[in-house]
Amino acid sequence: MTILPILVLALGTYAFRLGGTLLRDRVTMPDRVRELLSTGALVLLVALVATSSLTKGQSFAGWSLPAGVLVGGVLAWRKAPFVVVVIAAATTTALLRLAGVA
Amino acid sequence: MRSIWRTLDAELWRGVLAIAVAAAVNGASFGAIAVAAGLALWVPVVMSVLIFAGGSQYLAVGVVAIGGNPIAAVLGGLVLNARHLPFGLAVGDVIGRGLPARLVGSHLLVDESVAFAMAQRDPVRARAAYWACGASLFVAWNVGVLAGALAGTLVSDPNALGLDAVFPAVMLALVLPALKEAGKARPALLGAAVALATTPFLPAGVPVLLALVGLVAVPRRREEVVA
Repeated sequence: MTILPILVLALGTYAFRLGGTLLRDRVTMPDRVRELLSTGALVLLVALVATSSLTKGQSFAGWSLPAGVLVGGVLAWRKAPFVVVVIAAATTTALLRLAGVA
Repeated sequence: MRSIWRTLDAELWRGVLAIAVAAAVNGASFGAIAVAAGLALWVPVVMSVLIFAGGSQYLAVGVVAIGGNPIAAVLGGLVLNARHLPFGLAVGDVIGRGLPARLVGSHLLVDESVAFAMAQRDPVRARAAYWACGASLFVAWNVGVLAGALAGTLVSDPNALGLDAVFPAVMLALVLPALKEAGKARPALLGAAVALATTPFLPAGVPVLLALVGLVAVPRRREEVVA
């Protein structure tokens, strides 16, 4: 890979990031639109959670990954500390894989 | 900047540290995979500093590794990163005023820093959380990538350690409180369902963008008040 595709991808990605943050400043938005944008960001984040815990590429990720995420989610719901959520999720998934669960 | 250290409590710092460690190991894996795919050492390192979006970096290296077209790699990466535009629109005012803060802060806009900022109640804490998370991940990711590229196949399979569960678990923990707010759960769940249903058929990144369809389930509170 040469430097050109890297630069194009870097500049394009930075343009998305900066474009959003600058637009937020330049345009005065009604409260309703602000609320929709905030809900939109939440919708994107939840979609990322769903796809990254249930799919790998274009197919099902197997049971060990969503099981680990679920354990982390339940602990988070029960107000467990962040570190506990992270370690429990990774450990659950790792142990299930070690046990031969896909 | 100093106020960031004072604003955030120990629990939040421990959370940031936990995902930074996972990002470093994930970065080491990316560096090793890129070098193993035959790319020069500087390629994953420069990519990570300039692009700083793991998913698109894996995608680009994956396409090039199987002899694919670099243009396809760039386009795929851009589609994957398009979500940063609505993220910026949603949390733009969190980053800070003044052009220098905007220019630097925008580069630290990643899924985790957005989620950390949105999980905070007041704006001061949100700003501190955004910068603490973004900067920590930037350092951890880049140090990890450099180490992995130098060490080669040190961390050949981070999935065996269950590290792929860390990102979704962290994001889930961060979005849970917001989901309990009125009118948020339905659009989020509808969006997630759309993303999952379209994943088998569409290129990476598009299903997550399509999740925005879920916004049709937002209740029309304003009109009700007027009526």
